[in-house]
Amino acid sequence: MAISLKVNGATRSVDAEPDTPLLYVLRNDLELNGAKYGCGLTQCGACTVLVNGAASRSCVTPVGSIEGNEVTTLEGLGTLDKPHPLQKAFIDEQAAQCGYCASGMIMAAADLLNRNPQPQEADVRAALADNLCRCGTHNRIIRAVLRAARQNGRI
Amino acid sequence: MDVPRLTRRDFTAALGGIVLSFSLVPKVVFGQDPARLPGSLQTNRTLDAWLRINADGSVTVFTGKVELGQGIVTALAQIAAEELEVPLGRVTMISGDTGRTPNEGQTAGSQSIEQSGTALRMAGAEVRALLIDLAAKKLGAAADTLKVTDGVIHAPDGRKVGYGELTAEADLKREATAKVPPKPAAQHKIVGKSAPRIDIPAKMTGGAAFVQDLRLPGMVHGRVVRPPRYGARLDSFDEARVKAMPGVIAVVRDGSFLGVVARREEQAINARLVLIEFAKWSGGSELPDPAKMYEQLMSLRSEDRVIGEKDAPVPVGAKVLEATYHRPYQAHAAIAPSCAVAELKDGKLTVWTHSQGVFPLRATIARALGLQPRDIRCIHAEGPGCYGHNGADDAAFDAAMLARAVNGRPVRLQWMRDDEFKWEPYGAAMTMKVKGAVAGGRVVGWTFDVWSQSHNMRPGDPDGINLMGSWYLADAKRPGPARHAAQPNGAGDRNAITLYDFPRQRTTHHLIMENPVRTSALRTLGAYANVFAIESFMDELAAAAGIDPVAFRLAHIKDERERAVIEAVAKAAAWKPGEKGDGRRGRGIGYARYKTVAAYIAVIAEVEVNRTAGIVKVPRIWTSADAGQIINPDGLTNQIEGGVIQSMSWTVHEHVRFDRNGILSEDWMNYPILTMPDVPKVETVLINRPNERALGAGEAAPGPTAAAIANAFAAATGRRIRELPLTPERVKAALA
Repeated sequence: MAISLKVNGATRSVDAEPDTPLLYVLRNDLELNGAKYGCGLTQCGACTVLVNGAASRSCVTPVGSIEGNEVTTLEGLGTLDKPHPLQKAFIDEQAAQCGYCASGMIMAAADLLNRNPQPQEADVRAALADNLCRCGTHNRIIRAVLRAARQNGRI
Repeated sequence: MDVPRLTRRDFTAALGGIVLSFSLVPKVVFGQDPARLPGSLQTNRTLDAWLRINADGSVTVFTGKVELGQGIVTALAQIAAEELEVPLGRVTMISGDTGRTPNEGQTAGSQSIEQSGTALRMAGAEVRALLIDLAAKKLGAAADTLKVTDGVIHAPDGRKVGYGELTAEADLKREATAKVPPKPAAQHKIVGKSAPRIDIPAKMTGGAAFVQDLRLPGMVHGRVVRPPRYGARLDSFDEARVKAMPGVIAVVRDGSFLGVVARREEQAINARLVLIEFAKWSGGSELPDPAKMYEQLMSLRSEDRVIGEKDAPVPVGAKVLEATYHRPYQAHAAIAPSCAVAELKDGKLTVWTHSQGVFPLRATIARALGLQPRDIRCIHAEGPGCYGHNGADDAAFDAAMLARAVNGRPVRLQWMRDDEFKWEPYGAAMTMKVKGAVAGGRVVGWTFDVWSQSHNMRPGDPDGINLMGSWYLADAKRPGPARHAAQPNGAGDRNAITLYDFPRQRTTHHLIMENPVRTSALRTLGAYANVFAIESFMDELAAAAGIDPVAFRLAHIKDERERAVIEAVAKAAAWKPGEKGDGRRGRGIGYARYKTVAAYIAVIAEVEVNRTAGIVKVPRIWTSADAGQIINPDGLTNQIEGGVIQSMSWTVHEHVRFDRNGILSEDWMNYPILTMPDVPKVETVLINRPNERALGAGEAAPGPTAAAIANAFAAATGRRIRELPLTPERVKAALA
């Protein structure tokens, strides 16, 4: 059935069952690469997007449940040419090894900076506690979020 | 930003069926052995296998090594740009494609800088010299008067010619001589600098950066169904019910291999669940009893080899100690399950894969499916960090199986989380028994025995087919046998031979020939556990001798570079000779030279023990590393710190759960890893030696880190834990 979604500021219509996880609609119907499949169980955070500005796990969010809500993915924050302060800070800090978790980390950090524009390191660690990184890049990720906060990285 | 381009993201270009255009067979004079060439030039001998100069003056670099998140493609671009004297932004990298790049086997063992980097450095120097010679003829000037800047060759009189203008005349279809000396380190402008990684910007902005992001026209989605336990047979399943589900295109069954293809991804996931619900399986193998696992593993058939021996009498009156250490099965646990895209069209199979070795994968898929390698093309596309042989190759095989069932349509096959956790080949469980003797403050006797299953069951084995899905086909294939690997690399015996200067030592590798639990290469192979055991025992001997652990190690080291990393880390951490823990807090050191021939690294860890809860925290870690000539300091730091943190996770948290009936670790709840709040602060000191050979470093940190943490726990509490990981149960038992 046709479902109308607001994604990254634009209204999009997709033909999917309402119980389809938002993740697959974003990736396959809207061809957005940012949100990633990691576990499908809300355990790893790779699929994190913002729904009305709050971090949300798209792997278990039924697409039918978010009609009328604003969805923001990594692509909605900024672009290669005009990166969001968080994206720029992650690039400047080279805060990746494989980088597969980065989109979820950035989206969870965006949620944090919305709530708390001047976080301390402990706040960043707590906000990203449920986002897993397997390469051991955590310290760079923390530094990138703090750098973005210094540059007023609110969205 | 001046960054080179990565064309692997241009997937449509990759689809265009670009044919082999570099000369595969070098001209070898009949009856003469070809000269030994350095690095991977030895096996890929023509210059145009590595480098092309384009008419616009840009350079295309080909490498058989692939990006795994370790930053290798950027480092190799730096090496090529440096020798060719072109800006980094003018370099395009092509990596890991059986249709286009050199065959460099696996990207593994911290060998890419040594193998591919050496080839590119020598080829780059030679191509630069060739271009200068051509320019000399064109300009009528002596070659030694010409200078190259940014890909333009200048004569003293001001005339100049760009690389692009010479490309038509430059014949790179010739065998490398490796006779042109590369630039001396003092002249390096790109190598040795922290160039930003090529691949990072796309990953931060939603670019198509991973194989998971590949979308081909007409692509459909696949999932596979695995047995409930190793080796079980599929007796029946409800094909009709699944075929009637929305979007299902094909149900694929071959023996006990079962999969489904559907139009949409969620439809394939739903169909998989119904396949699982109604599938009936029988048989399969029992796993070891986890409570007696190490004894059971050591009782299996093993091939024993003495790999190191030095004899001297043990003085009368020496103090003798013995200890046994264990390391459990541990998972690669990549952040995403494995994925591949495969397409069978006009009899040609193309597989996009995050395999570490596209050439061995191609050869093994060909044998498994009865195809010719020339009819298969494997193209690397990045996946999540793998840290060794995980499910990537198996997923590539699965995708090929599904693609055959929907001829002409590309299939994107993604494993689910439990597929990866339960079916990946783990790092092997290991037991290390050490016996040592001290007299007069010196180690005078040392016996080290290590028992381990295979650490290398990758595709490419000459006798077996190491693709898991093929073992379940009606015409079932068999994996290859466990094999010893020659020292100094070794496998289960990697870093088992102590580097300390002991007058007497004997090291024996007991290679377990059976595989009750599936294992293969996990970052460091056996080095993690062997260094954990050696370095833990060094602290036990130091305590027996009443000598500070740092001083005790230095007393048994002659090599200046080894001493330097230990001294540097002790200085960075402000180590106080004889420093003591306070029951709760303490510090420990670990040291090794990876593979005995690669990077030197020393680690000091500080632990904080919650004695009632049994929880070990590691607030700080200091490291010092000597990887010879550093290509990219920030990249090296990233690799070392990543290795430290991953090892801390292995050491404190990780073990695969199972019972006699099957694997129980199927997601992050029953395979927990280190999380953000508990990540240590890491301080790294790099010792650059620009005039020394670059040494592999990506896997150097985990072993010393494990030992440093275990030694810090012992320093803090006065009790030693010899079985990993340091779980609350073990901590509480040790402190009871």
